[in-house]
Amino acid sequence: MANIVQFENVGLRYGTGTETLSDVSFTLSAGAFYFLTGASGAGKTSLLKLLYLAQRPTRGVVRLFGEDAGALPRRRLPGFRRRIGVVFQDFRLLPHLSAYDNIALPLRVAGMPEGEIEAPVREMLAWVGLTDRGKAKPPTLSGGEQQRIAIARAVITRPEMLVADEPTGNVDPDMAERLLHLFDSLNRLGTTVVVATHDFHLLNRIPNARMMRIEKGRLLDPTGALRFPPDRGES
Amino acid sequence: MATLMRPRPHHRWLDDVQRTRAMVWIMAIMLFLTVLAGALGFGMAGAGRSLERQLAGRLTVQLIEADAARRDANARTLVERIRAIPGVTQVVEVDRARLAELLKPWLGDTGLDAELPMPAMIDVDLANGDPALIARVRQTALAVSPAARVDQHAQWLSPVAGFIATLTWGAVALVLLMASATTAVVLLAARAGLDTHRDTIAVLHMLGSTDTQVARLFQRRIALDTLVGGALGTMAALGAVWLLGRQTATLGSELLGSIALADADWILLALVPLAFALLAMGAARVAVLRTLGRTL
Repeated sequence: MANIVQFENVGLRYGTGTETLSDVSFTLSAGAFYFLTGASGAGKTSLLKLLYLAQRPTRGVVRLFGEDAGALPRRRLPGFRRRIGVVFQDFRLLPHLSAYDNIALPLRVAGMPEGEIEAPVREMLAWVGLTDRGKAKPPTLSGGEQQRIAIARAVITRPEMLVADEPTGNVDPDMAERLLHLFDSLNRLGTTVVVATHDFHLLNRIPNARMMRIEKGRLLDPTGALRFPPDRGES
Repeated sequence: MATLMRPRPHHRWLDDVQRTRAMVWIMAIMLFLTVLAGALGFGMAGAGRSLERQLAGRLTVQLIEADAARRDANARTLVERIRAIPGVTQVVEVDRARLAELLKPWLGDTGLDAELPMPAMIDVDLANGDPALIARVRQTALAVSPAARVDQHAQWLSPVAGFIATLTWGAVALVLLMASATTAVVLLAARAGLDTHRDTIAVLHMLGSTDTQVARLFQRRIALDTLVGGALGTMAALGAVWLLGRQTATLGSELLGSIALADADWILLALVPLAFALLAMGAARVAVLRTLGRTL
C-alpha cells in the first residue's frame, strides 16, 4: 500500500518550552487502520494536530498525500484539510447550529449545491443512529449523541484520512464499540483511520488495526507493527 | 444586493446570539452626520453656482453728470445702445424714486431734492459673464459719457462666493472624515468579531474553509448593519434637511433661498448608505483577511 503520511525526525515545540514531540518518524499506509496509544499528556493530541494541519512541525518533515505539509503555502491548506476528517476530543460542534447543519457543514464549506446536501446528511444521521435528532442543537444532545454527530461531520465527505482524538472518551462501552464499528466500516470503504485512545480494551475490536505507542513525546513503535502493547494494564 | 439580503445556510455559521446591535446604531449616527455634511456640501455648491449664475452677468452702470437733463438724456441713449449689444438680456434704468429710497438712510429727505446731483444707475443683465461682453458694455458706456463707471456685481460679492466655496470644501472634508471614521469602526468591529467567533472560525478552518469564505460572513454582517443603520440615519438626516429647507424658504432671503438641493442631490444623498455599505464590506474583508493571514 502507498504511504499517505510520512513523518521524518519531526519535533514540535509550543513557544519556548521543551519539545512536546521529539524525533518522531513513521509512515501511515493508505487504507490502513491505526491506533495511537499512550498515557494522557504523552503527545497524542499534538501528533494528531500535525496530521490534520492544525500545527506545523518546528523541525523535521511531515509529508501528507505526498507533499511537504510544513512547506505548504497557506492558500493550499483548505484543499488538504478537506481530504482529512477530524473528530475532536471535545467534539467542537457549533452549538448554534442544528445536528443536521453541523453534519452538513463540511459539504457547504466545500461548496456543494444545497439541493445535493440533504440526502448524504440524512444518510449520515441514519448511519450514526440519530435520524430523529436532526433538528436538535448540540447543547440539548447527550455526550454520546454529540460524539456521533461529530463523527458524522468528520466522515460525510468520505475523507481520504480520518483522524479521531479519543472518540470514545465520553461514551459508555457499548456506544464505544458501536462507534468503533462505524470507523471500521469507513475504513473498509478505503479511508485511512487514525484513532488516538488510551483505552486498550478497544484495540482488539479491530482485528487488522496497527498500533503506534507514544510516550513522553517519542514514538515507541514507529513501524506500527506492534500489535499489542507491552503493558496491557495501562488504561 | 438581493444576494446579501437573502438568508442562506452559511449565513448562520456565525452565532447571531453573540451579535451586538451597537454597530447598527453607530452606523446610524455616522450616516446621519455624513448625510447632513453632504447636504451642506450640495446646498453650498448649489448656492455657489446660483450666485455665480446670477452675478456673473450682472452689471451696474453709473452715469455721473451734474446736469440732470444731460444725465437723463445720456442714460436714455446708453440704455438704447447697451440693449442693442448681442448677449445683453435686460437693461433697466433704476427709478429715481427707488434711488432716493436707497439713499434715504444716509441723506434723509435731501435725497429727494431734485437739485441734488445724483448719478443715473442702469442695471444690465448679460447672458453670461464673458469678459469681452463686459468690456463692450464698458466701452459703450464710456463712449456715451467718459465719466461713466461700470461695476460688476460679482466683484462686490466675491468674498461671499469665497465663503460659500470654503463651506463646500469643508463639507467635502467632513464627508471624507466620516468615511475614514466609518472605516476605522468597521476595522475594529471586524477584529472584535474575529475574537468573539474564534472557536467557530477554528472549526471552519479545520473543515477546509478558506479565509475568503470566513471573510464573506463578516462582510455580509457588517454590510447589513451599515445598510440598516445607514438607512435610519439617512432618513433622519434627509428629514432634517427637508425641514431646514422649508424654513429657509420662508425667510425670503435671496441668498438663503438659493441654498436648495436639486433632485439629483437628494438621490445622491439617499445612495450614501449604499456607498458606505460597500466601503464597510471592503474594510471588513481587508481586516479579516489580514488577521486570518497571521494564523495557520
